[in-house]
This record gives sequence, C-alpha cells and structure tokens, in this order.
Amino acid sequence: MKVPLSWLKDFVDIEMSVPELAEMMTMAGMEVTHIDYIGLPESDLPWDREKLVLGHILRVEQHPNADKLVLATVDIGADEPETVVTGAPNLFPYIGQGDISALGLKSPFVMEGATVYDGHAKVPGKKMKLKGRAIRGIMNRHMLCSEKELGISDEHEGIMLMESDAAPGTPLVDILGDAVLEFDVLPNIARTTSILGVAREIAALTGKKLRYPDFTIEPTGKPLADRLTIETTVPELNPRFVGVLIEGIEIKPSPYWMQLRLRLAGMRPINNIVDVSNYVMLEIGQPNHAFDWDVLQARAAEYSDDGKVRIITRLAEPGEKVRTLDDEVREMPPSAVMVTDPKSALSIAGIMGGMESEVQPTSKNILIESAAWNFINIRQTATALKLHSEAGYRFSRGVHPAQAMLGALRAAKLIHELAGGVISADMVDNYPLPPETITLEISTADVTRLLGIELDRDTIRGYLEGLEFVCEPVGDDGLRVTVPDHRLDISADPVIGRADLVEEIVRMYGYDKIPHTELTDALPPQRNNPKLEWEMTLQDLLVDVGMQEIITYRLTTPEAEARLIPNGEPLDDSQYVALVNPSTADRRVMRRSLLNSVLEIAAANSRFTDELALFEVSAVFLPTENDVLPIEQTRAAMVLSGPRAPHNWQDGDAAPADFFDMKGIIESVLDGLHLPEVSYRPVEHPTFYPGRVAEVVSGKTVLGVLGQLHPQVVAAYELPEDTAVLAADLNVETLISLASDSYRVAPVPRFPAVQQDIAVVVDESVTAAELEAVIRKAGGFLLADVRLFDIYRGEQIGAGKKSMAYNLWFQAPDKTLNDKVVAKQQNKIVKALEKQLGAKLRS
Amino acid sequence: MLNQLEQLAQKALAELNAIADSKSLTGWHIQYLGKKGEITLMLRRVGELPREERPAFGKRANELKRELEAAHDRRAAEIKAQEMEKAFAENALDVTLPGRPVRRGHLHPSTQVLRRIYQIWAEMGFQVYRARDVETDEYNFQLLNIPPHHPAREMQDTFYTTTDGVLLRTHTSPGQIHAMHEYAPDPVRIILPGMCYRHEQITARSEIQFHQVEGLAIGRNIRMTDLKGTLTAFAQRLFGENKPTRFRASYFPFTEPSAEMDVQCIICGGKGCKTCKYTGWLEILGCGMVHPTVLRNGGYDPEIYTGFAFGMGPERITMLKHGIEDIRYFWGNDLRFLRQF
Repeated sequence: MKVPLSWLKDFVDIEMSVPELAEMMTMAGMEVTHIDYIGLPESDLPWDREKLVLGHILRVEQHPNADKLVLATVDIGADEPETVVTGAPNLFPYIGQGDISALGLKSPFVMEGATVYDGHAKVPGKKMKLKGRAIRGIMNRHMLCSEKELGISDEHEGIMLMESDAAPGTPLVDILGDAVLEFDVLPNIARTTSILGVAREIAALTGKKLRYPDFTIEPTGKPLADRLTIETTVPELNPRFVGVLIEGIEIKPSPYWMQLRLRLAGMRPINNIVDVSNYVMLEIGQPNHAFDWDVLQARAAEYSDDGKVRIITRLAEPGEKVRTLDDEVREMPPSAVMVTDPKSALSIAGIMGGMESEVQPTSKNILIESAAWNFINIRQTATALKLHSEAGYRFSRGVHPAQAMLGALRAAKLIHELAGGVISADMVDNYPLPPETITLEISTADVTRLLGIELDRDTIRGYLEGLEFVCEPVGDDGLRVTVPDHRLDISADPVIGRADLVEEIVRMYGYDKIPHTELTDALPPQRNNPKLEWEMTLQDLLVDVGMQEIITYRLTTPEAEARLIPNGEPLDDSQYVALVNPSTADRRVMRRSLLNSVLEIAAANSRFTDELALFEVSAVFLPTENDVLPIEQTRAAMVLSGPRAPHNWQDGDAAPADFFDMKGIIESVLDGLHLPEVSYRPVEHPTFYPGRVAEVVSGKTVLGVLGQLHPQVVAAYELPEDTAVLAADLNVETLISLASDSYRVAPVPRFPAVQQDIAVVVDESVTAAELEAVIRKAGGFLLADVRLFDIYRGEQIGAGKKSMAYNLWFQAPDKTLNDKVVAKQQNKIVKALEKQLGAKLRS
Repeated sequence: MLNQLEQLAQKALAELNAIADSKSLTGWHIQYLGKKGEITLMLRRVGELPREERPAFGKRANELKRELEAAHDRRAAEIKAQEMEKAFAENALDVTLPGRPVRRGHLHPSTQVLRRIYQIWAEMGFQVYRARDVETDEYNFQLLNIPPHHPAREMQDTFYTTTDGVLLRTHTSPGQIHAMHEYAPDPVRIILPGMCYRHEQITARSEIQFHQVEGLAIGRNIRMTDLKGTLTAFAQRLFGENKPTRFRASYFPFTEPSAEMDVQCIICGGKGCKTCKYTGWLEILGCGMVHPTVLRNGGYDPEIYTGFAFGMGPERITMLKHGIEDIRYFWGNDLRFLRQF
C-alpha cells in the first residue's frame, strides 16, 4: 500500500517528520518498507527552491524556425515573463490563441543551473544540470518539464500542465513536494488499505482528530428505484449492493491533482469516471464499479417488458464465461459470484468488470455499483482465476458492508464535481444481510491478565475511542465496547473478541513500553527426549571419526533415487509422498532414500576434492496404506572415498580408503552407542559391489548395510571411478532402540596378562568371524582378548589357503597365570580350531 | 714414586682439559682410572715402597685419584652440555611448516546453531519437542486459526501432496497442537525445531526448505511482559549482552497480540546498512500471546490459561551472524563452505 503524505494530510494533521511517522507506523503494525521522497530535501533529487518554481503559461507561439517546437511565455512572478522553447505536444493546441492566462495553465518552471532528471536518458535516475543554449536560433535558458524529469513518476508525455491556486514563482517543493510511504498490509489490518484507514490509525496514535471526506451529495435527478431492481441470490456472499445513477456526464481527463495522486498511489489515470472510481477505492477503501447505463438499458429492452434494468448477483453457472474489461475471455470457477442481468453476466463480482458494460469515452450515463462481498469467497475466486486486481486485493481482505453506502456517496459526489451530470434522486440499496453489531465486554483485569501491565479504565477507553470504538462503563472496572462499522477483524466471541481488543490497546499503548519480566509460572514436568539425545550422540560420534555432517533437500525425484540400483527403474509416484505443485521438477517427491541425497552431495564435491567423508542423519518418507500420512523414519547415511589420511607434505597414509575403513567407522560409532552383540554378515544388495557388502547386525536385529558401491552406481552418480566409494545406510530408530547408557564397566585388571601368538592355516572360505568365535569359545574366561595381526597368502601354505595370525592375551582376575596354564589354554584353542575349522597350526 | 705419581696426575689433567668429546673422555678414563689404568696400576705398586712411606703415599694417591675423578665428572658435564647444544642446533625444525593434518568432521552450521538454541532455551526450562514434516491441512492451518481460503494462507505458499488434505508443513506450529494435546492440562514450555517447506523459487534469498524453531509456553499466569523478558534474554544470549531489542505490532493468525522482535543490527550497530535495509534493526523472530482459538483447539480453556509463542529461522540467524549472502549454501553442502564452521 502506497500512501502519499499530502493525501494523508487531507484527513489528519501530521506534525512529525516523515521518518518519525514511518517509525510510528512500523511499531503499530504497518511496517514501512520504503519511502519515496519527491522534491523534499531527503529526496535523491531535491528541488531547488529558487530555480524550480511554479510558472503560469500566458501565451504559446509557433517557433519561427521549427514545426515541432513552440515558444511559451511564462509568468514566474518576476517583473517580466520568461520565454522558453519546448517541443511538448500538449502545448500545441494553444498555439496562436493569444493571451491564454485566463485558462490558468500552470507548469513547473526549471531555471538555468537547476538539476533535474534527464528525461531522455536510457538509464533511470541520470541527472542533468540545465544549461542555456540556442535552439534553432532562439536562445533558451530555462525549461518546462515532465513528471519524469522531476522524479514524480515515469510520465514523460509532454510537460506537466496543472491547476494551482499558488502564485507564479512559488517554490515548486511547497506545492508538490511529497513523500510516499509504502507499507505491508497484514491480513488483520485490512482496514488500512485506504488513505482514510491509515489516517484513522495515525489520528488514534497521535491523539489527533480524524477529518472525514465530504459525503454530501445533491440528488437532483430522477428517481432510480422505478428503473432499477437489484436482487442478491446468495446474501452470505453478497450482503449488500448499492446502485446510484449519474446522468448527463462528460467523460474527459481528470484534473491534474487527481491524476497525480493516482500515480503516486501506483495507479494509472484513464478518464474522470474510471479515475474517480479508483480514487474512491484508494481514499476510503471501498472498491466500486461504473457501468455504462445505456448498455444496461439496451440489454433490458431485450429481457424486460417495462424497460427496467434488473441486476442479479448469483454464483457462476458451470463453465460460465465472461469477457473481462482487459479483453480476456475467462471461465469462471464454481466459487465465482457474478453480477448479471437476465441476459448474461456483466462482471465478476468484486474482482473485475466486464468488457461490454464498461464505461466508454462516449458514455453519458453511469451506474455506480458499490457492494459488499464475502472476503473468503473473493480470495478463493481470485486465486482460482489467478486474477489480481486492486479491487480484489481489498475485497479479499474484507470490506465492511457499511462502507458500501459511503463508497456510492463519495463516487457520486466526485463524478458530479468532475464530470457534471445529475445524481439520481434515490439510491437502490439492497442490503439483505446487515452484519450484527458486535458488542464486547472488557475489564482492566483482562488487560492485566494478558499484558502484565496495569492500565486504568479511562486510559483503555481513550485508546479504544481513538479507534472509533464506542465505550460505555460497566461495573467498577469494565467497559462495554461496540465495534465500529469499518472493522471486520474483531470477533463476536467474547473471549476472542477480548483478545482482539487487547491487541488494539497494546498497539496504542506501545509495544515498546511493555516492561520485561521473567517467567514466574509453574515449571512443567521435565521430560527426557531420548530420540533427540541419541541422534545428537550419533552425530557427535561420526564427527569424532572425521565425518562431515551435511543437510540435504528432502525433496527429490524417483528417477534420482533409481540410480541406487544398476539399470534400476524409477518407482511409481504412488510409492512416494508426491507434490501436486512442485516449484521445480527436480524436487517433486519426498525422498525414500537418504543415501541418494548423500551421494549427490558427494558427487558435487568430488569435482574439487578427492577427500570425501560425509554423513547425514535425517528422515525418509515412506507412504503406508494404513494412514494418509507417511512413516517418517530417521536414517543415517554415510559416504567415504579418497585417501585414508588427508593430503600431507610429508609421507602419510595416502592409500585409498576401502571397505574396512568404512567398517571401522561403523564399528567405532556402534561401540560409542554401546550396542550389544554387533556382527557383520555377508549379504546381497544391488547398490553394492558383490562380495564387498555386509549387513550390520546387533543381536538378531539388522541395523543397515555397509559396503563398497557397485561400479554402475558409482558411474550413475558420476562419483570418482578410479577409487573405491564406500557407503553405509543405517536405520537410526532401530539403532536408538538398542543403544544403552546403562552398560556395565569391568574393573581394571590387577594381575598382568600373558601374551601369546598363534598362526593357523585355514581354507579361504573360513571367515574371520568364525575363527574368532572358535578361539573365544575355546579360550574360555582366561582368554582376555584376541586380535588378528596378520593375514598371509603364498606358495608356502598352498593355493586356496590363508594363514591367520592372532595375538592372544590370557589373564586371570585373581592371580598371575603360570606358563603351564597358559600353554594348556592355548592348546585347547589350537585343538578346537583343528577340529572345527580344519585349521593347521603354522610352525 | 710419589713424584712420578704427581707428574702422571699433572699429565692426565692436562690431557683431560684438551678432550672435547665424550668418546675420548671415556678413553681417557680407561687410560688413567680404569681397572688397568695408569693411575690404578701405580696405586697398586704401593707395596714396593718402604713401609713408613706407604701411609703418606696412599693418602696422597687417593686424594689425586678423587681429584682426577672430580675433574673427569666436571669435564663430562661440560662436554655433555656442549654436545647437547650442538644437537639442538642440528635438530632445529622449521616450525612454520604445516602440522600433520587430522581429518576433523564438523557439524553442519544449521545443526550448530540449532544446538546453541536448544542449550539457551533448556536453561530457561524449555525442552525440545519434534513433530512430523508431512502434515494435514487441519494441523498445519485449521487448528491454528487459519481456515481454508483465509488471507493468512497467502503468507505461506504451501506444497500440497497428491493425498487430499496432506501437505508439507509450512511452519513447525502444527507441533504446538500435537504437544498441547499430549500435555494438557499441564503447563507447557517447549521449543519446536524442524524442517519446514514453502512453495518458493530457489534463489539466493529464498528456499523451498528451511529450519524453524518455534517456542510455546502455556500456564495460568503467562503475560506479555514475560514474553518480552524471556525473548529479550534469549536474543541477548545469542547476539550479545546489552544488544538492544525492540518489539513492534505484527500479525500471525495463531497469536494475539502478535509482535515482531527486532535486534539492533549486528553488522552496523544500528547506524543503518544494506543488511538491515538502513533501518538499524534486524527482524529476528515473530511472537505473540497464544490466540484463544489455538488454546481451545489444543485443549486449554483460554479463560484460565494464557501463553506465548514465538518462531525463528536458524539459517537466517546463521546468515546474519556470519555475513552469508546466499541461502543456497546451506543445502548445497559445498565442503569449502561447511569446513569454515
């Protein structure tokens, strides 16, 4: 909403500076986002008081040497008038008319040395300093200028021709200097979509009196009621419809002051009738529409015996179409309310007029529609039509039906003033559903309960009356408050309405004046949040082993996730939480796989680094048949690739990470979570390199999978193909259900351990897990620890065989073990290995 | 013989002083004082002397031996010190060479700021409550006092799913209703972090997903003064003690009265700059007293209970704190960005 300061001052006195005004509006819920200064000292182009003055055009002559130039004689309040050369087309009509001073044509006069914008510059905002020069043989020192050259608007068709009571020579800044404040209209403050609405807020905030526009009319025309009927078939959607007729008008441009105000407020002047309609909407917030009455009458001749115009408002018929005044044929959504006559639709109620009945330059008689519409319905229709008009903007935020009459009166008055004609003797006011007057009760205690401050009744009353609420004392500390008829945002519910009133009270009191206190209310029961706490532990453990956390888009495509399977086909959209209205094609379903997201980021980073160690702990979304909402499952996905140790200027471990690096990370993390009985089982999984993938298991529960990515998957993601890419994908919820913070801690041994080494030769098919299990079982409780320290394959031990060498630590809790006992235990282990796994002790 | 001994001792001392390394020193010790050293051997020859000369010789011989031992130890210490000095000089490192890198993981910047927010609120008794990303229209809008087609819906462009009435949450507020249903009539003090989604174009300034942290306090005696005091305490812990804040009127459908809290611009200190759009203030969070309709929908009687609620964007806070101008960095996850945190 753009608010010219000069217009605002029609309705309220403003003594503070523009920045102070903007600050006050911002604090009271009208956040000023931009201030456009025009000619004032704060402006980008301050108008020189001496060199930019009001001129009065006395005479216009043809330039003796140029067809397209004229000489204008201008009174600027000096002893002698000045003459300027100009090519302004809007002065041509006055050539050779002699003394035209009686016409009162005023225009800004720019003297040599003044700075204005270059009206011809391609780059906006380019300034120029006016210098005198001869034009076709006539010296020209000064100029008459356009709004563009003064920074008022982009208007550059000819020079500004304005009416003004000010004396020639008056500094222009005193006449046209202005500031336009632009602010965001929040949904609860729809009453400020008008200059009057903003002025009312300012009056209340500053304690000034609000001046209303003049609504008095002289209805000297013929009665309307016997020529027009109005019928509203759905009063909930159209509670009021006011019609007033002005006959014998003359369509012409509106006066300069009105055109300027419309432009400053962001609208384009058209002609006096359309401009008045827009002006009234901007001024008091009531959108209204002008019909060509003769068109309506001509149509009535076809449907009515007595020639009476019948206006009917109704819901659109299925598939109903209308040609709107922007010359588009539009099909109506079912929600659309139409203004019609028995023949067909005339306009889309509250949103846009129809082409056929639009005011034409030749129109003589005008019917003004000023109506009330349901704001939810208008918003629904405007959204469905994707049609956003100034009228729709206001109606979709809510305009109180009481305003309809004011709109009709104000429009009739201004049309009569600017276009002549006579106003019909009566108005047709069809008001089937007047809203109930809302009355609420509020006490000083209510205010204290919500705000924590003590305000006396008179103060509260003062604030509310400033906003035109009618207040009447009740009991010792209460008020009965009647809501004024320009507001729809105050609820009739006694509790909600009271909260609405408290908001008005605190806006007037000032949010900034509310003191600060600490919460003294009872503390709620304190609860643990194990899921969050474990997730944080998991993140920390992964970071501890050098993994970088990432957070990725949860939206993806089935095609993207299909890359996880070599030659994989995308799953059907029905397997996903899919969007109806994605904003970009590559983010149209909620992911099922976290690993896909992590691999995408790894691939993106691989373009500039070979050191990849990434993880994410986040949700995937799995639709289920039992619920409209999907299962949201938290997973942890990891990717690892590149040198084991970071690149270094010295010798480091530059060998590429392999399966066992990824496994080491998983082992370390699961150890940190104290998961019981962790094991790893070979498994088949299409995403991974066959034979280099394992299921991660705790007890009998599968937690997820880890492995080296399948070469085709690596290629599909455009990951590095010259080194192994390792990945893991775990179900965090399962992980957390098994994690424990109440694990037991063993005492530190008091007696020394005895270390022995053994090496056994086994078949390749025997796994490390099998060997260790046999060793541990046979070693019994005296075997404190086992560690594989070497694997050897070679001719010495034969093909299809491998030698596995272990450190064994023997230890007793209550004594130092002697060699005999150790030898006995070790022998047991060797025997068990021989018997169960066909192992041979390597000498 | 005593003279011989004295001369030998003199010779030994002279040689000792000329020795400059520990190896020669060991040789010297063997030569004179070792088991078969010249001094040792001479001492053994005491028996060759007449009986009456033996005590004097023995006494002097022992004195000389101790002196030589002492001189040796002194010389040994000197040589060791010299040799250490020499080694130091030879072993000096270029300490400006880079350290051997350790692969360090980092938490994502959003996780870091979220944890900081959790921590501050936890100390004020607010616990974390999380809820789902995919929500119903009822919880995301209707129960929060945003009926269908209400103009407030324009404030939040929504992603709808192919299932009727199911959408991606536009804010973490639906969690407020879930929490109220779970806890009523207990008092509530929670924060609600989570990923939210808006139908936007992805640009430097707008994203389709972003984190939000909302807060909710409900009780029998919670007032707007508490809201201001609590949120100011939070802002000053996050942005710096004594950092001025201001509250101005605003609108959210689920609170009334509603406010925006601004913090004095952390870039320009309030003078006005590009970041604060020359206002001197940064919009940090929206807040207000819980709307009676929302209290009712959550199972709390608004005539008995009051509450306040607030919401903020962790990514925006991170961007302001670290001068980040492109919100796409967060989900772009470029390591050159992430490693700076």
